[in-house]
This record gives sequence, C-alpha cells and structure tokens, in this order.
Amino acid sequence: MTDADAGRDIDTTEPGRAWTFGDDIDTDQIIPSRFLVSSDPAELGEHAFNDLRPEFAPNVADGDFVVGGHNFGSGSSREHAPISLLGAGIDGIVAQSFARIFFRNGINLGLPVLICPDADRIDDGDAISLRLDEGAVVNHTADERYDADPLPEFLQSLVDRGGLEPYTRAKLGTE
Amino acid sequence: MTGKTISEKLLSEKSGRDVRAGDYVEAAVDVMMTHDVTGPLTFEVFEDVTGDDPELVDPDNTVITIDHHAPADGVEAANNHNIVREFADTYGAQQYEVGDGICHQVLVEEGFVSPGDLVIGADSHSTTFGGVGGFGTGVGSTDLGTTLATGELWFRVPETLRFEVEGDLPDGVYAKDLILKFIGDVGFDGCTYKTAEYGGSAVEALPIHERLVLSNMAIEMGGKAGIVAPDERTADFLEAQTGERPAIPAYTQPDDDADYEAVHTYQAESLSPQVSTPSNPENAVPVDEVVGTDIDQLFVGTCTNGRYEDIRIVADVIEGERLAPDTRMVVVPASRSVYKQMMDTGVMETFVDAGAIVQSAGCGSCFGTHQGVLGDGDVCLATANRNFPGREGSMKSEVYLASPATVGASALYGEITDPREVELNRYDDYVLEGVGA
Ligand code: SF4
Repeated sequence: MTDADAGRDIDTTEPGRAWTFGDDIDTDQIIPSRFLVSSDPAELGEHAFNDLRPEFAPNVADGDFVVGGHNFGSGSSREHAPISLLGAGIDGIVAQSFARIFFRNGINLGLPVLICPDADRIDDGDAISLRLDEGAVVNHTADERYDADPLPEFLQSLVDRGGLEPYTRAKLGTE
Repeated sequence: MTGKTISEKLLSEKSGRDVRAGDYVEAAVDVMMTHDVTGPLTFEVFEDVTGDDPELVDPDNTVITIDHHAPADGVEAANNHNIVREFADTYGAQQYEVGDGICHQVLVEEGFVSPGDLVIGADSHSTTFGGVGGFGTGVGSTDLGTTLATGELWFRVPETLRFEVEGDLPDGVYAKDLILKFIGDVGFDGCTYKTAEYGGSAVEALPIHERLVLSNMAIEMGGKAGIVAPDERTADFLEAQTGERPAIPAYTQPDDDADYEAVHTYQAESLSPQVSTPSNPENAVPVDEVVGTDIDQLFVGTCTNGRYEDIRIVADVIEGERLAPDTRMVVVPASRSVYKQMMDTGVMETFVDAGAIVQSAGCGSCFGTHQGVLGDGDVCLATANRNFPGREGSMKSEVYLASPATVGASALYGEITDPREVELNRYDDYVLEGVGA
C-alpha cells in the first residue's frame, strides 16, 4: 500500500482492468504538449492518451493498469506523462521495456513500473494484478501468471514510501 | 575479478561503497543544473519537500540558466524567466541571464565541472560534462528538485559501451562525424541505461571542444553518460578557463581490464564525414550518399557545435564569399564569450558580409520555438544534435545533421557538399590564439 502523489492508495494486488498499448508509446502520446500548462495530476489525468485513445480517460477507473510493449515512455523527459497516469487512477504500468527517464520518473512518483517480457500476452480488458515483491503479473481473466523483473530492493522501498518526495521529506524531517 | 569502468569507479567514490554495474546507489552530487523550461517544475518539487525552512544544500553549485526561450519569445516564457530570477534571488543559486549562453556551455566555461564530478541536469544533454571528465546525466524534475535539498540522488550503476578510435583523423573528419557514426552503428537506443566511454589515440588527441561533442550526443544513442577519461589536456583547458589547475582523480581512469559490455573499435583513417538524414540521428550515412541535396537553411550553433572553434571553421570556409542564392544561414553562438570571440577575431564580419544572420547566445531554433524556425517543406542542414520530425519547426520540414565543416561547405553551394571539396583549416591552426586547448 502506498500513498502516491495523486492522494490515493495504490494496491497493485487488487485486480484491475488492463488497458493495452503497443511499442514505442512516447510521452507525447501519453499526454500531448498542449495540455502541459497544468501540473495537477487530476487535470492531466483527464487528458491522458487524449489523441491516441480518446475513450481511455472517460472510462478508466481507479486501480486499473496500463500495459505497454517495448520502449514505453520514450521521448522527452516530461514528468507530466507519468503524473497524468497517476491522476487518471492507474495503479501500475507493465511493459516489455521502458525508456530510461520515464522509468525513473515512475519510481520517483511512487507509480509501480514493472518490466515483464510476456506483457504482450495480456489482452485489452483482461483483469490483472501485480505482485511487486515476487516479480509477477497475474492475469485473472486468462488464469495465467507471468514472470516480471522484481524491483530491486532500493527501488521497491522508494515506491513503498510513495516515491522520492515522501522519501526526501523523511530524510529532511519535513514530513 | 575484472577491473572497473569509469562509471563504476566514480559512482563507488560518490556513494562510499564498492559497486559494480547493476547495483543501486545513493551518491553525493557535485553540481546541479536546471534552466528556464525545466526550472519552474523543479522549484515546485524543491519547495514541496523542504517545508517551512527551504534551503539549497549547495547554492554555489546550483546553476540555473535562461537559455531555451532567450530572449523571451512570448509572455509565458518571460514569466518563466521571472520565476527563475526570483528563485535564484531567494535561495542564492548561481543564475545566468538571457544572452549568457546555453546551460551546458556555461557550466563548462565557468569551471563548475571538474574531472570526477557527478553532475545532474534537468536537461537530457547533461551528458556533455563527460567531455571534461565528469559523469553528467539528465534527470527529471523530481530528481533535481529533491537533490537541490539533499545533495544526493539514487542511481543504477550503468554498464558501459567502449568506443575506441585509433590513428589520425583524416582531413574533413571531426568529432561530430565520429559520434554520428557511433550512433548510426549502435542505433538510437543502443546505449540506453549505459555509459559510452570514448578512448583510443584519436580521441586522446582531440581538443576539449571536440570531446564535448562526443559526450553531448551520447544521449542520441540513449546513453546515461558519455565520458572521455580526463588527462593533462583537460587540466590545461580548465586551467585556461578558471585560472586554477584541477586535480585528475584516480577514479576517473578506467582499469585496463575493465568489464565492458561491448567494445567498438574504429581505425581513424577509414572514417569519412557523416550526415544524419531526416528524421533520426541514427540515420547516419557517409556524406557522398547525400551530396547534392538542396538546402534552404543552414543552422550553426547549439550545445553540440556552437563553440568558437566550430563557428570559426564555418567562417574560414565562407570568408570573402556570399551564401549560395536562395539559402539562409542562422548562426547562434553557444555563449556570450563565444560571441565576444567572434567579434574580436573578425568572424562576425565574415558572416554579416556573407549574408548570414547572427543571433544572441542561447539555444536558438534548436527546439523549434523561435529565432529561425522552419516552415512547411523547408530543408535545413544543422550542426545540431536532433532531427526528429518538427524539432526545428514545421512537422513538414526536414533537418540533416552534420559537422560545421560540412555545413560551411554546403553554404557555398546551397546543397549538401563534401567538406573535403573545399579548403579547410583545422582547429590546430588557430588554437594558438588562445581560444581553445
Ligand atoms: S541547444 Fe538544443 S539540445 Fe542543447 S540544451 Fe539547447 S535546446 Fe537542448
């Protein structure tokens, strides 16, 4: 259980709907530049995947998951992209691989990001959940379980604390 | 047990632990940088985490530049500049003004980066600092905003790809051609999560302004850092900039038996000038494959090739000539001091006489918002680092990337021209003027 920036509890072990996307989803497709005037998670969340998949934002529910192919989150270093997914209610992202700065930003924001080579076996609409500590994705619809790279201990502890901001506040004693 | 790479040694030193590629560390950061675009979000994070008593952990090594939208190209940009000024004023950060230059160039010129420093910047080209022997890397705003308060940040110790170039570079071949070739060979994401270490006799022979080019564009193959092991040449250069001779720590030198993920070896004599075709830096081809391509605009500048030596190469080629008909050239020096050298050495006059436009120092049209953006159908040949669709303006424009020599030669003919067709001065001919080392 974490208390992420979006001000809501994240529990990746609860099944949620999988929203699947392909390879090379860049940060422009996650949140188009024209919506970057805000840094409010809820507001950004309303425009997540705005052009790529307009039905996403109105239908996504708290606790859903995003599933990507290779190189998820490539492009600019804009932190607005993972913030928008948190704001939309997403509890975690599973992908075959991530772009470096997106992965970093996800961890820093307390948004679970899991590398899973079998992510392409998940169909849009499947109910899935994540076991971060063991490194596994459970597909409840297909009744399958896929291995994922468990987060290294240090990164897991960052995610558990809700990301780099709460971690830093604890360090500085400014909680 | 095999030896260690520069990244493994440097991050061991900065974390106080004996670490290897794949380990996670919290490391002490020496220099922190942000600018007018990434600054405002970074400041929000800093103020969020510091609570009632916000204080920069190291104001002397917190640097903020105003370079991306400089001078302001709209009200929003102007307001962001004021946010930067107010933040720097309130907390005592080192702030550079409109016209002082591009963040990466300013940090190097002002001597903020010493060999062995761990430098983070909220800008992807922060890999540049590897040209003076630092570990420079680009980070997000949460990374930077929290580090401003604590002085440390988490890192995964990266694997390393080693690029070795032996021999003497032929005429017309520069560091830009080397890095375009490397990117073309390993691909746009061939170095993702990894450090590029550059070495071999041809790299050791490069002056610092050329090493900075190699490090700067490491990010174009996904690199987390791009480092040339610092040496006496590095110390000479920094001493000339700052008046103080820096030490070269032992942990900046890789072991002979370091464990590299791969070693790419090149013979300098076999290399030729390269051009990256639209719309990805990895599309590098030998110049002869694109000779004759019509060019509308030439762009000389950026944190890659906007230094005096780069601009001087172009000026020497076009001196006494006019730009080819139906072409325009925009020159944007990387810093105020480059601008000044252009005035002092007559280079400014060369450009004005040739019909070129010279702008104040900054990023210019590099990321497509002002000072010479491209329209539909425009084709540009640039000394820049990126040529993604729309990077310099219209989604329907095209950008080719090349060295300053190739850009200079092409300016004479209005089409991509092999720089070996024109008379080139090498930078060795004028470093004695005291502008390079
Ligand atoms: S010159 Fe271009 S690449 Fe370099 S910092 Fe400025 S915008 Fe970025």
